[in-house]
Amino acid sequence: MRFLARRFIFYVITAWAAITINFFIPRAMEGNPVDALLARYQGQVSPDAIRALTVLFGLDKNQSLWDQYVQYWQLLFSGNLGLSFTFFPTPVATVVQQSLPWTLGLVGLSTVISFFVGTLIGTAIGWKRGTWADGLLPVATFFSAVPYFWLGLLAIMLFSLTLKLLPAAQGYDPGLIPNLDFIFIGSVIQHGILPALTIVLSSIAGWMLGMRNMMVTVTSEDYVSVAQAKGLSERRIMFGYAARNAILPQISGFALSLGFIVSGTLVMEMVFSYPGIGFVLYQAVSAKDYPLMQGVFLVITLSVLVANIIADLVYTLLDPRTRQEG
Amino acid sequence: MAIDLTITAPDVTTAAVAGRAARHRFVFLRNGKAITGVAILGFFAIIAIIGQFIAPYDPDTLGPDIMQPPSAAHWLGTTNLGQDILSQLLIGTRGVMIVGFAAGIIATILAIIIGVSAGYAGGVVDEVLSAVSNIFLVIPALPLIIIITGQLPGGGEVVISLVIAVTGWAWGSRILRAQTLSLRKRDFVEASRANGESIFRIIGFEILPNLTAIIVSSFIGTVTFAILSQITLAFIGVTSISEWNWGTILFWAQSNQALARGAWWWFVPAGLCIALLGMSLALINFGIDEFINPRLRSTGQNAKAMRRRGIVARIGFTPVVRKR
Repeated sequence: MRFLARRFIFYVITAWAAITINFFIPRAMEGNPVDALLARYQGQVSPDAIRALTVLFGLDKNQSLWDQYVQYWQLLFSGNLGLSFTFFPTPVATVVQQSLPWTLGLVGLSTVISFFVGTLIGTAIGWKRGTWADGLLPVATFFSAVPYFWLGLLAIMLFSLTLKLLPAAQGYDPGLIPNLDFIFIGSVIQHGILPALTIVLSSIAGWMLGMRNMMVTVTSEDYVSVAQAKGLSERRIMFGYAARNAILPQISGFALSLGFIVSGTLVMEMVFSYPGIGFVLYQAVSAKDYPLMQGVFLVITLSVLVANIIADLVYTLLDPRTRQEG
Repeated sequence: MAIDLTITAPDVTTAAVAGRAARHRFVFLRNGKAITGVAILGFFAIIAIIGQFIAPYDPDTLGPDIMQPPSAAHWLGTTNLGQDILSQLLIGTRGVMIVGFAAGIIATILAIIIGVSAGYAGGVVDEVLSAVSNIFLVIPALPLIIIITGQLPGGGEVVISLVIAVTGWAWGSRILRAQTLSLRKRDFVEASRANGESIFRIIGFEILPNLTAIIVSSFIGTVTFAILSQITLAFIGVTSISEWNWGTILFWAQSNQALARGAWWWFVPAGLCIALLGMSLALINFGIDEFINPRLRSTGQNAKAMRRRGIVARIGFTPVVRKR
């Protein structure tokens, strides 16, 4: 359990670092843009909200930095992330709360699918090294180099504008009221297919190549030769001996590259106007809505941390070595 | 090139390769993937230099031909304002390359300083520096870059490169640390330490030369990251929309509904350029990977040669390309 304890401490430190970065960025900038926003919305912002924004963005220059920091933490613990100006006068926390489930559903699901399918294909082409399967490598390389959002643009052009198969934007049919009936859920699925497919298509290559290279390395290990010499079935050697060991770096890689993947998928939401947190970030950037930007960054980082903790738990389950000590 | 394939046990080949180490210094450039990658990269580097002079039009000048598909006058068509897309693409190459490489260089220097010191010093220094680089790895880079550049006034190429470098050094630092850690205990390092060589000499002359391949590979990886980040930033409109780069073209295409109007020529070429450049960098990195790890060699054309000899490249063997 020492492994998990160490990781947990690391995540606590990372969360603290992210929150502290979030605290210092607006304070390091010259001239505070939120001042201008507040001036523009003068009279419409409640005193409470002004106080929150003052704490979040350090508008009160007379306070010591330490006092600001303490107040900042108090504010975060009460779940107050300030006021969004794009969705005026909705609080940032509410906007994030509404959009987060969409992102978790779309990005979470498609990342997991992409990881599993990619790892499986990587296992196969790593095993069949030196045959036609190697022909997949250049294709995978190409797809791993394409920016996610551009693939999204192409997908929209092909599937929704030319073939008119799938809707190009939004999370569900705008005429529907969100509730849990079949029409609504069907519409959500219909709108989710295209962005999900594009995310899978653009992120799968990385997993494939990574797993393939690990498989190639692992298959030259002695224990694989021994398994072969024992006359075990191909299938058993492939999954039980080779893939089982090759997948470990893949999972620690999953945890570390999650940040990159999430960045890519956020832009994907922007292309598809998907009502997730990436699209909210896009709207915040376009409208120069700083409280919303900061809040979104914080929530994305914390979600990635939670995903990392899950990946670590899976790693502990798969690798007995992490469980031995302590 | 007369490359022949011989399948041998790894220990035999390492001895053979070591004997001819001098002639094999540039063996990396004999790798087909690496050559392709370097060629494509070279092509874009030349465009970055001469793009300005060979561009047929001024990228900002409005023309009478609006939303024209590719034609003899405008090879890649025009925008809704009659600007020539080919010219935008040619001139935008420089911005892409400058930011990519500037950010790559800064980030690699950061990665070397932090990664090598962490690996060489060990102990508390290592713990702290590794924790810092892991933190930067875990925090999603793009949102961080967005909130920093979004609040910066201006946002020119220099600033963007700096911000990308500051958020993108962690991966290289992690790899370099791991490798330094393993080098530190090698005999030749121990020997120079016993000789009383200064720490800078040990790091500069004993360790760094042995890290060259990894440094180059992490540099290439960072350049890819920087290019993609910069283009994404331009595409969502965080950075200056008047400085031309491929992302700016996509930004204008998106904000003018190029998709809905069916103007494929507006966004397809820019994306293809990004993909080609990214692919060239990835290919160079594969070349380096295969150079470092012989087990990964022998793919593509080698597979055919092996089958002809009736060899199934699978378990227990490390096929190595050997030149006769």
